[in-house]
Amino acid sequence: MYRELDVQGAVSLDVLGDKTLSRCSLDRRSFLKCALATGAALGMSEVAEPAVGAAPWTGQQSPDDSRFVVEAKFYEKLENRKIKCKLCPRECKVGDRERGYCGVRENRGGTYYTVVHSRVCAAHVDPVEKKPLFHYLPGSLAFSIATAGCNVNCKFCQNWDISQSRPEQIPADYAPPQRVVELAKQYSCPTIAYTYSEPVIFSEYLMDTADAGHAADVRSIVVSNGYMQEEALKAAYGKMDAVKIDLKSFSESYYQKVVTGELKPVLDSLVTLKKIGKWTEIVYLMVPTLNDSETEIRGLAQWIKTNLGVDVPLHFTQYHPEYLLKNLPITPVPTLERSKAIADAEGLHYVYIGNVPGHPAQNTYCPKCKRLLVERVGFTASQMLIRNGSCPFCQHPIPGVWHT
Amino acid sequence: MNTMHDTSRRDFLKGTLAGAALLRSGRGTGLLAAAEEGAALAKSRVVIAHDALLRGTASTPGSGVDSRRMLALLDRAVQALFDRDRPIEAWKKLVRPGEMVGLKVNTLGGRGISTNPQLVEAICERLQEAGIEAANIVVWDRSSDELERAGFHVSMGGNRVQCFGTDRVDYEQDLVTWGSIGSRLSKILTQRSNVLINVPVLKDHDGAGVTIALKNMYGVIHNPNKYHPDGCDPFIADLNVLPEIRTRMRLTICDATTAMYEGGPAYKPEHSWRANSLIVSQDPVALDSTGWQIIERKRAEHGLKTLEADGRAPRYIATAADAQHRVGTNDPARISTIEI
Repeated sequence: MYRELDVQGAVSLDVLGDKTLSRCSLDRRSFLKCALATGAALGMSEVAEPAVGAAPWTGQQSPDDSRFVVEAKFYEKLENRKIKCKLCPRECKVGDRERGYCGVRENRGGTYYTVVHSRVCAAHVDPVEKKPLFHYLPGSLAFSIATAGCNVNCKFCQNWDISQSRPEQIPADYAPPQRVVELAKQYSCPTIAYTYSEPVIFSEYLMDTADAGHAADVRSIVVSNGYMQEEALKAAYGKMDAVKIDLKSFSESYYQKVVTGELKPVLDSLVTLKKIGKWTEIVYLMVPTLNDSETEIRGLAQWIKTNLGVDVPLHFTQYHPEYLLKNLPITPVPTLERSKAIADAEGLHYVYIGNVPGHPAQNTYCPKCKRLLVERVGFTASQMLIRNGSCPFCQHPIPGVWHT
Repeated sequence: MNTMHDTSRRDFLKGTLAGAALLRSGRGTGLLAAAEEGAALAKSRVVIAHDALLRGTASTPGSGVDSRRMLALLDRAVQALFDRDRPIEAWKKLVRPGEMVGLKVNTLGGRGISTNPQLVEAICERLQEAGIEAANIVVWDRSSDELERAGFHVSMGGNRVQCFGTDRVDYEQDLVTWGSIGSRLSKILTQRSNVLINVPVLKDHDGAGVTIALKNMYGVIHNPNKYHPDGCDPFIADLNVLPEIRTRMRLTICDATTAMYEGGPAYKPEHSWRANSLIVSQDPVALDSTGWQIIERKRAEHGLKTLEADGRAPRYIATAADAQHRVGTNDPARISTIEI
């Protein structure tokens, strides 16, 4: 039986990092995950733990599975009971009784269904800085949820055990939208975050939850790869209060080889988000030798400046060996610093370095007077000086969502 | 009927060398005969066994498969493959007492087009006669629900043949990788089987072109949905190279009692036919090549385009045969097709 999602006694893994260990069994993988979770408390971003309160998986299929099955949006019916998915640029043509690339959307007799609506496999209370979103309610908490599945297959994925699995292969709790909103309020989270795996693939659930949240004054943010069709993006992420896009690289070949996706649609998504006025931050995970050339970084910065403007925050984050890409070292800090220097020189105003605890480039500075505005320690905003969206020293406007 | 192909240069040389050796030993019956025997040894055998009365006589037609005739058909096929007079001799070449044998069936298509339980019963009967304990035989696929929908009775524990899906025991935690593949393997494969007998079906596949022996291994991994782009090429070939699969694989018995030439992988009765056959080989690439041609012939009969013309030729078969994979051969000159 699937349990209703409950976080009693299990507050933030990051706030109570040492308690994480008590919830982990001692097999090798759990040990590694514990270590990663501890690492997360120290600065590594967005590693998901299993859903809080989830019972050990028995492997039994449950008749309750039907609770998670809802007709999908964004598809068209074809002849011979096939469908074409219109959610992401992959446009999977899916035959009867088959699933798309994401593994969570299934054709049943010519009708396409999501099988992960309200099927939460990871839920935590996280600082919003962990997403990372640095220009969105600093110091606030986000009730963060994920389902299984992803529409790409990044070789470095930190959460591959949920993103690259089918929903029936991992423990899950039943969390209808209203329940998520209740829990967010219960844990004093002004925001619900859709994160960890890939929210593109649970868009229907995200949309319903965002609507329920807004009706109760709870906001929504999404952490996504942006690999999505425009219509779906507008419909789903149009309901978000802020968006973080993982721009994996600025080269098509990297997207093909390392991500199993495409760059162009992600760039298009960023432009669309700009057009619809959605607060957006970009994360660029820097993988040594694969996407860290000066040429690529300069091209990236110039593209952002031209198409999105200089005020879009850009986070260069440190890669750690994981999943199928374990043969490369952790990104050297000087590489991150060099990239930041390039982006700064191209004129971007808010270029951060992430996953490097204690680095001064995780703070926010006024682009005009250069004074410190937001100081961060780990995932905590220890000092927040921005007032009414402006620098208190020179009154330069600082873009973002600063106040509830 | 033994369908003979032209002897390739390599086969000829092998045959000549074998013949010369036999002549030196004084056991030869002539250079030509020895050469033929040597060439035959170098080929992959594929047996196509057919029984028009598998589902009953014209006066007693029925949709169900006759278990007794199925056993007889299996025996004929396996005996022909191993060139043995009695089925037990053939099976004893395959398995040894004490081994754990997994029968990987295909049950995605429900009762319409899945591995026939009668065929599996027949295999289990012969395995036990060859010394395999019932409890050391496991009939499996991805999901227990799908097994039941295909007519199998899920059974775990006790001193009987086991039958369940990977959903009951999970996948290994660690990834295995080869080429384009990075997957978790079913614990049924890794922990419950040291011998694998592949028991797929013969059908069309909208993405891969055909799904027969090689593609049936998608049911072994946790993430097959990641490996359907580009006609599943090179994913299927890469998967079949994994040592955990390759070292266990002893035999493929393709259930072609019902087959599909279009509209797969889901069951489409309007595109299926009663082939009443088994296709058996120890070379899954040769078997897939043979099965592909059977499907092409049926497509032609129905006025359909070739899979190549339809943009979905199963290129993964050639990939599985190439120098990087060497899972088997797709060279007609190196395949000995035996129809009985």
